[in-house]
Amino acid sequence: MRALRLVSQSLLPFVAGLAVLSMISKGLSGSWAIVLMVAGINIILAVSLNVVNGFTGQFSIGHAGFMAVGAYTAAKITMALRFVQIAGISSDASDQLFFLLALVAGMVAAAVAGLLVGAPSLRLRGDYLAIVTLGFNEIIRVIIENTPFLGQATGISGLPRLTNFVWVGMGVVATVVMAKRLAESTHGRALLAIREDEIAAEAMGVDTTSYKVRAFVIASAFAGLAGGLLVHLIQLCTPRSFTFIKSFEVVVMVVLGGMGSVTGSILAALVLSLALEGLREVQEFRMVMYALLLIVLMLTRPTGIFGTREIWDILPKWGRHRAQGAAGGSP
Amino acid sequence: MSEPVLDARKVTMQFGGLKALVDFDLTLMSGELVGMIGPNGAGKTTAFNAITGVYPPTSGDVILLGERVNGRRPHQICMKGIARTFQNIRLFKQLTALDNVRVACHHGHRAGFTAAFLLTAAFLADEERITQRAEEFLAVMGLADKRHALARNLPYGEQRRLEIARALATGPRLLCLDEPAAGMNASEKVALMELIRRIRDQFGIAILVIEHDMRVVMGVSERLVVLDHGVTIARGSPQQVQKDPKVIEAYLGDSYLEEKHIHVPVEST
Repeated sequence: MRALRLVSQSLLPFVAGLAVLSMISKGLSGSWAIVLMVAGINIILAVSLNVVNGFTGQFSIGHAGFMAVGAYTAAKITMALRFVQIAGISSDASDQLFFLLALVAGMVAAAVAGLLVGAPSLRLRGDYLAIVTLGFNEIIRVIIENTPFLGQATGISGLPRLTNFVWVGMGVVATVVMAKRLAESTHGRALLAIREDEIAAEAMGVDTTSYKVRAFVIASAFAGLAGGLLVHLIQLCTPRSFTFIKSFEVVVMVVLGGMGSVTGSILAALVLSLALEGLREVQEFRMVMYALLLIVLMLTRPTGIFGTREIWDILPKWGRHRAQGAAGGSP
Repeated sequence: MSEPVLDARKVTMQFGGLKALVDFDLTLMSGELVGMIGPNGAGKTTAFNAITGVYPPTSGDVILLGERVNGRRPHQICMKGIARTFQNIRLFKQLTALDNVRVACHHGHRAGFTAAFLLTAAFLADEERITQRAEEFLAVMGLADKRHALARNLPYGEQRRLEIARALATGPRLLCLDEPAAGMNASEKVALMELIRRIRDQFGIAILVIEHDMRVVMGVSERLVVLDHGVTIARGSPQQVQKDPKVIEAYLGDSYLEEKHIHVPVEST
């Protein structure tokens, strides 16, 4: 029975998501469509970073670096295969297949980068990861700006517009399903245990280093996916899209939504993306606004909007039985 | 089954110039209940940490079920069969009681990350089994009705018991309890002694208890090891240890003697 329920639960988001997406993509066009797709890409970034910063309690501030790895890998592949067509199918279908290949390759490349960065730095406890990821983000930018093959500071332009609602939607659903399934599995509980108390987790048989690295690699892969989607949406792949400011933006989304709350990250990513669009005129003040937002948040609600909870834990009607137990018992 | 569960031979821990533990020997058989006492800073917790792999010993051997485990990481030693609790409770505070125990059950899990994303039948079966197992351990510790409570919201005594449930769920051959009675009131302490004995009988495992409370440790242990300044100064039955002048001098102190109306000529050294 339980298995049946879970299977239906797992298929439902995909089916419902695809139906909604195809409707949206027909009804929406122009700049709003782009804004919504960028918001979707930000959701992928925020939710995947939440796996590292929220679930596992580590602090990565270089998500844009992994985005860049995925973006450049995907961009290089689509540019190389731009004039190639698979025989026997339409050129459109052929392009889409190549795009899938490019996105997957971007994810793999970002995951490898995540492994290379994570494996040495996650052996240590504490804030080392923040420093290493910050450095990695800068290193990637410098490498790109000095590599003619990657177009240096100008980047790669003339990319085909392959990202659409269906791709972004599938990416969002895949990321969210990944995060939720992980959180509710044994592996996810091991990650939460590391966040709560690393020494105790280790003493209970959790291989903390291995789990931290795996969480980091998964998050990096999804950052790579977001990068691939973004550059095929704006049709331009430059190092300016993947600076520390972008990394910081994602951290703000995760902190704002609540470390460990998937729905919190989704909501924060949506709100921030739309707010940024509304404030396009004053974009230079973006960093100032982030800083102010964080200060206000830390003063008023340091756990973020939702803390570690999900939206249905807060809305009383959907509340599960958790709150009842949480009241505690007699001493 | 004559093989000892734990055989610590001449374990020494040195931090810079400080010898926190010197030539520590301890052999534990299955089903034994041994207490470790000593004044503050005597090296009791250091001995625990050396056994459970928190620090690799400077010298000496820790042999667990016939295998030398020096230098293994704590999670490997845990998988090999030593579980512990902590002096200042270290629960996963924001997780429910059930999830605390389920974390400790994870070693029986064979399905990987991918299986978790795809919700394969093997994964769901594993999850079901782990949940059942965790609920059994909660029930043993009398926490069955608290399974959905967050660990941090449990009263102190229940947090202590939850920590023991979590340690037991790793399936140990040796359970190390670091001051389990700390902060408990008299009636809770009596219940705890009862519980420790019951765990030993029910699971047939060896138990090593560090304890400050003399009543608890004397009442529950069959054998005692006494440490002072990292050196083992006495070992034997509670009665023997109680009469040992070195122990009395180092640890029990005058107030205990007065309370018990014991008169021992204490040599001035």
